[in-house]
Amino acid sequence: MNIVVLVKQVPDTEAAVRPDSSAPARIVESGIKFIVNPYDEFAVEEAIRIKEAKGGHVLVVTIGPPRADEALRTCIAMGADDALRIDDSQLPDLDALGRARLLSKAIAQSPFDLVLCGKQAIDDDLAAVGTFVAELLDLPHVAVVTKLELADGKAICRKEVDGGTQTVEVQLPAVITAQKGLNEPRYPALRGLMLAKKKEIPVVTPSSLGISAEELRPSYKVQHLELPPARGKGKILQGEPETTAVELVRLLREEAKVF
Amino acid sequence: MASEVLVWVEFKDGVIRRSSLEAIGAATQVAAQLKCTVAAAVVGNADQQAMQCLDEVGVSRVYKVEGVEYQQFEPCRYADALQAVVKQSSPGLILMAATALGKDLSARLAARLRSALATDCIGLEVNDGQISVVRPVYAGKLRAKVGLSGPSPIVTVRPNTFAVPAAQSNRQPEVTGISAELGAASRKVTVRETVYSTGEMPDVSEADIVVSGGRGMKGPENFAILEELAKLLGGAVGASRSAVDAGWMDHQHQVGQTGKTISPNLYIACGISGATQHLAGMSSSKCIVAINKDPEANIFKVADYGVVGDLFRVVPLMIAEIKKLK
Repeated sequence: MNIVVLVKQVPDTEAAVRPDSSAPARIVESGIKFIVNPYDEFAVEEAIRIKEAKGGHVLVVTIGPPRADEALRTCIAMGADDALRIDDSQLPDLDALGRARLLSKAIAQSPFDLVLCGKQAIDDDLAAVGTFVAELLDLPHVAVVTKLELADGKAICRKEVDGGTQTVEVQLPAVITAQKGLNEPRYPALRGLMLAKKKEIPVVTPSSLGISAEELRPSYKVQHLELPPARGKGKILQGEPETTAVELVRLLREEAKVF
Repeated sequence: MASEVLVWVEFKDGVIRRSSLEAIGAATQVAAQLKCTVAAAVVGNADQQAMQCLDEVGVSRVYKVEGVEYQQFEPCRYADALQAVVKQSSPGLILMAATALGKDLSARLAARLRSALATDCIGLEVNDGQISVVRPVYAGKLRAKVGLSGPSPIVTVRPNTFAVPAAQSNRQPEVTGISAELGAASRKVTVRETVYSTGEMPDVSEADIVVSGGRGMKGPENFAILEELAKLLGGAVGASRSAVDAGWMDHQHQVGQTGKTISPNLYIACGISGATQHLAGMSSSKCIVAINKDPEANIFKVADYGVVGDLFRVVPLMIAEIKKLK
């Protein structure tokens, strides 16, 4: 089974991101730790488990500048076999559709049975690229999956919908996007880390994939980033619960008028 | 020039979801500037009552795509259906609610139409015919203003952000039936079953009021008091990542960077310290209440109202007081 996992390198969830005053559509990157997008980790883990159970090959693919190699090495340390980076240094404004064009072109170059990725990246929070890749390759997709079983050329997926779950059967090849709950991603073992260090990571560019800058012109363009409005100082009640609970209910009813 | 803003309308149990009415509200706001009318797309069967609801919110046309193949939601099929609607309508903008289904469908449809997609938007405006949106990014740590170009951009709007349009006298929108064919991808997917969790509680992403618990809840059994408070207020129960990771609550309830980002009218955080990732997910709530024993807890920094105290005493007393007032 050939599995392709799409990953993205994103700022750590703990990072205090702030807009760059000299380029307000970007964040200040210095001092920020970058990690594998947490939802993509579920996808990598799932791919490795499938390989361990059924045999096969796991290729991880990312789009990013040279620093994104680090994310690929993390995936290799976990157990992925190969990695590929699509360099976007010349096209820093790529939008989700542009990224999906590059990814679908890159992964279509060799046969695969399954594409896995996280349900969304925690930087732009778009929740689009996996599904875009499926559509561009004319494959079915199942998004926000918390359980995956493979049998007879099919995947049986459990996915989240508002207030419930759906069980969906899909013919392979397909694109499946991972949600928290799918598995518990492993920590790389020492041997994996050594392997990952030495692994050669091929790099391709949009032009080497045969896609012009014109085709990648973004129709979704961030104009600026800003911090959300600061909240005013709140009223903090201290004292006996008998008093504070009643006062809180009164404030919520009479002042905030929320119920 | 496009003549319509198209809204995909989502139903649950035959009734239009409020978040879809909010999307119609957002569409109405921008339609005049785009010199457009508002049209609704209904895929699958809608009952009479639901259709009447569309009459009252100022929709001038309803596109209906009916058929047994749309009985259960499946994004590839629904994208086939909406693609046929878009072919007829050529909308200047497509809107839907950023629900689980809306996000899923919007992505498939955007790629199908090669349209710009902006999900989970909290602001939408038109300047000189150019559409721009505001969306929380980095789980709400930042807000991005994004310009959208190209044909029929697709925007999903975050529930509880836009107002439902005021009821109007019956407008009797024109109903246009559309037929669509299943594409290759759609024929490869089968929805076997959909199971909704029991209970009448709304989903945390759509609820007006969310009562959340964190590590301070000490165990899964204690969430019962939060459920009681939530039920009393007609709200939903949320949880912090640590409560979910401890296995006390299902991930569907998780609020924060690797859970749901929400904007309810009232958010009550009980026994939640306020980690960055949690604050990111709930800090756009309109009114935030924190109940925590530790006066130094981070959550108090974003709270409009805070109670320093033992939630196991404060919450039951709140419940008793609210019952007294009702």
